Amino acid sequence: MEKGLGFGNDLNLKATELRLGLPGTDEVEEQADYNVRNKRPLPDATVAEECGGKGKSDAELETAPPAKTQIVGWPPIRSYRKNNIQAKKSEPEAPGIYVKVSMDGAPYLRKIDLKVYQGYPELLKALENMFKFTIGVYSEREGYKGSEYAPTYEDKDGDWMLVGDVPWEMFINSCKRFRIMKGSEARGLGCGV
Amino acid sequence: MHHDRADQMSEDEDDHRSPPSDLEFTSSEARNYSTVGSGSGSGSGVPESQAPYLDQVLDNVLDNVLQFLTSRQDRNAASLVCKSWYRVEAVTRSELFIGNCYAVSPARASARFTKVRSLVLKGKPRFADFNLLPQGWGAHFSPWVASMAKAYSCLEKVHLKRMSVTDVDLENLAKSLPGFKELVLVCCEGFGTKGLAAFVSLCRQLRVLDLIESEVADDEMDWISHFPEGESCLESLIFDCVECLINFQALERLVANSPSMKRLRLNRHVSIGQLFRLLKIRGPQLTHLGTGSFSLSDLVPQGDQEPELDYASAFTACKSLVCLSGFREIVPDYLPAIYPVCANLTSLNFSYANINTEQLRPIIRHCHNLQIFWVLDSICDEGLQAVAATCKELRELRVFPIDAREDSEGPVSEVGLQAISEGCPKLQSILYFCQRMTNAAVKAMSKNCPDLVVFRLCIMERHRPDHVTGDPMDEGFGAIVKNCKKLTRLAVSGLLTDKAFSYIGKYGKLVRTLSVAFAGNSDMGLKYVLEGCPRLQKLEIRDSPFGDVALLSGLHQYYNMRFLWMSSCRLTRQGCQRVAREMPHLVVELIGSNWEDMEMDDVAEKLSMYMYRSVEMPREDAPDFVTIM
Repeated sequence: MEKGLGFGNDLNLKATELRLGLPGTDEVEEQADYNVRNKRPLPDATVAEECGGKGKSDAELETAPPAKTQIVGWPPIRSYRKNNIQAKKSEPEAPGIYVKVSMDGAPYLRKIDLKVYQGYPELLKALENMFKFTIGVYSEREGYKGSEYAPTYEDKDGDWMLVGDVPWEMFINSCKRFRIMKGSEARGLGCGV
Repeated sequence: MHHDRADQMSEDEDDHRSPPSDLEFTSSEARNYSTVGSGSGSGSGVPESQAPYLDQVLDNVLDNVLQFLTSRQDRNAASLVCKSWYRVEAVTRSELFIGNCYAVSPARASARFTKVRSLVLKGKPRFADFNLLPQGWGAHFSPWVASMAKAYSCLEKVHLKRMSVTDVDLENLAKSLPGFKELVLVCCEGFGTKGLAAFVSLCRQLRVLDLIESEVADDEMDWISHFPEGESCLESLIFDCVECLINFQALERLVANSPSMKRLRLNRHVSIGQLFRLLKIRGPQLTHLGTGSFSLSDLVPQGDQEPELDYASAFTACKSLVCLSGFREIVPDYLPAIYPVCANLTSLNFSYANINTEQLRPIIRHCHNLQIFWVLDSICDEGLQAVAATCKELRELRVFPIDAREDSEGPVSEVGLQAISEGCPKLQSILYFCQRMTNAAVKAMSKNCPDLVVFRLCIMERHRPDHVTGDPMDEGFGAIVKNCKKLTRLAVSGLLTDKAFSYIGKYGKLVRTLSVAFAGNSDMGLKYVLEGCPRLQKLEIRDSPFGDVALLSGLHQYYNMRFLWMSSCRLTRQGCQRVAREMPHLVVELIGSNWEDMEMDDVAEKLSMYMYRSVEMPREDAPDFVTIM
C-alpha cells in the first residue's frame, strides 16, 4: 500500500520510504511525535485544506483524510493549540518501553518510548528528526544504503543487530539499547542472512 | 496568566459615545492646528493681547489635570472639547492604543501624540488565527519601528497583537530605544530566535519579555545566553510558545540573576527536574508560573544520572503563586506536586494537559479561590461538575477540545454547561467547545449567570440543532442576549435561523464583538444586527448567506466600527464597490485573487472581504491577493 510518509519538506521522505514487517502487516497512519514545524515556513500564500493532525505547520498543504472533508479554520482553534496537545502518555497498565538512543558523534543520549511507534518507518523517521540525519534505504541483503549511518540495537542476548531485520513486535520486546552507528562499523553489520 | 494581558488586548473598550483616537472625523481642523499657542481663547471675553498668556496658564492647568486621566475613552472625549484641550491631551497621553494598525499611520500618530511611553498595536483580523487570511497579508511592524525611533525617545513599552514582526524590527527597536523596558508579543509571527537574541542582548533595561501564542522560528540560536551577564532587572519572562530547545544552564543563571522576577513561563523543552531546580532559586517570589513539560526529560547528557526528584516539597516554597499554567507534556502522576499551591491559585491553565476526570478531581478540590480556569474537554462533564462543586469564585472558564475536528466524540455537553451555571454564579466569561448542546442548558446559564460579559459557544459540528429537541439554537442564544444585561461579546454556533439574529438585534444593545459562522437564512439576519446593535465594533462572519442587501444596510454603522469581516458569504464585487464609494473613510479589502476574474455581480462564495475605517489613504503594502476597492 503506497503511503507518503507525510510532512517535512526537507527530508524527501518518499525516496527513503521503508516498508518493513511481516507481509500483511497493516501500515498505519503516520503520527510524528516530534514537531518539525518551526523551521521558517516557506512563503506559501495558499489557504490550505486543514486536517486536525499533529505536527503540522500553517503554511503546509496537506491531503484531507478520506473520511470527511475538513473545512478550513473550523472548528476555530488556533493551529498552535491543535498541534500542541500532547497524546496521552503511556497508560499505567501498559508501561512504555524506554530505551536509550545514542548516535555516534552526538553529545547527548536520547530516550524514547518504543511503544509510541507503530512500526519501523515511524521509528526511523522520528530518529531522523531527533538527530537531524538521514537513514538510507533498507534492503534485507544490503542493509541501509545511501547514508553513512545505520540504526542498530542491542538485543536481549547482548548482540548488536541491524534494525529492521526482525518483525516489529519481536524487535520492541528484545531491544535493550539503540545506537546509530556511523561509517565502516555500520557497513559491517549490513549483511543479513 | 498570560491571558491577563491577552484579555486586556481582546477587550473591546472602544466606547460608542466618543470616537476613538484612531479616527478623528471631527478634527480635520485640529490636524492642521499649529501648536504655537495662538488665539484659542474664544468666548473668554478677554482682550486679544492677554489671550496668549491666559492660554499658557490654561495649558499648564490642563496639563496637570489631564495627566490623571488614564482611560482612553475619557481622553478621547476630553480631546474634543476644544483645540486647547485637544492639544494638551495629546501631549499628556502616555499610553497609546491603536486597535487597527491600518486605521492610522505611524507618522500621524507620532505627530499628534508626542510623549508616548507605551504603545499597544493590533494588526490582523482575528480570523487570521484560523488560516482564513493568507500569509503575507500585512500588519508589518517595520514602519512603526522606524517612526518610533525618530519620534518617541521615552517609549518603554510595546504590546503587539497579530502583527508581523521581523528579526530586523526587533533589533532596530532595541537599538533605537536603549532604555526600553517591556515587550509583549501576542499571536505575532515573522521573527525567530535570531531576532530574540539580538533584542535581549541590546535591551539592558528589559523588565518584561512576554511571548504569547506567537510563532517563533528556530534559527538554532541560543537566545537565552544572549541576556547580559550579571544582575538583571527582568520581572517577567514568558516563552512557553517558543518551540525551540533552550540552554538550560543559561536559563538557570538568568533566573538566579533576576531577583525581581515574578513571572516565568517555560516552554515544553524544560523538564520537570529542571523546573524544580528553578523553583529552588525563584519559587518564593514567583506569582505566575508556566511549568514547561511537567515530565521527565528525554534528553540525558552522556554519563549523567537522573537525580531523584522531590515532588512533595518542590512547590511548598511557592507562597506567592497565584497563576499556574504549562503542563505541556504532562505525566499526570506528577500532579500531586502542585497540591501545596492549589488553595492560593486564582488562575489555572490546564488547556494543554490531557487529563481525565479522576486526575482532575484531587486537584480541583483544593482550588477554592480559582477565578480563571482553562481546561481540555478530556475532563468530561463529570470533571466540570467537580469544578462547579468547588470553584465558587469562578469568573472565566474555557473548555477546549482535545480532538478539534467536526466529527470527533465530544466528551462534554450541555450537562457540563448546566453544572457550571449552577455552581458558578459569578461567571463572567465562557468559551465552550462541544458537540452536543441544548437550548435548555444555554437558557439556564443565561438565568444563573447574570454577570456574563462574554459568551462564546462553539458547537463543533456545523448546523447542529438542539440534540434533544431538534430545534435550532435560536432560543438559547436569544435568552443569553435577553437575560445577560452586561453582555459585550458573543460567538454563536449550531443551527441558527434569522430569528436568532433578530434576538441579538433586539436585546444585544451592549454587544461590541460578534462572531458568526455557518448561521442564518437570509440578508435579514445581518440586517437585524447592523440595525439593532449600536455598540457594535467588531463583526466577523463566515460561511453565512448574507449578501449585498445586508451589507448596504449597515452604512450608518460602519464608521462606528473597527472592522467588518465577511468570508464565504454572498457578497458581490459590485456590492463591495458600492460601499467603498459611499464611505470614503472605509477601506474595503477583497482578499483572494479570484475577485478580479469575477463578473461584478457574481456572488463570491469562496472569497473574503475585510473592511475597516481609516483616516489614511489605503495602504500601499497590500500583497497581490488583496484588492482595495
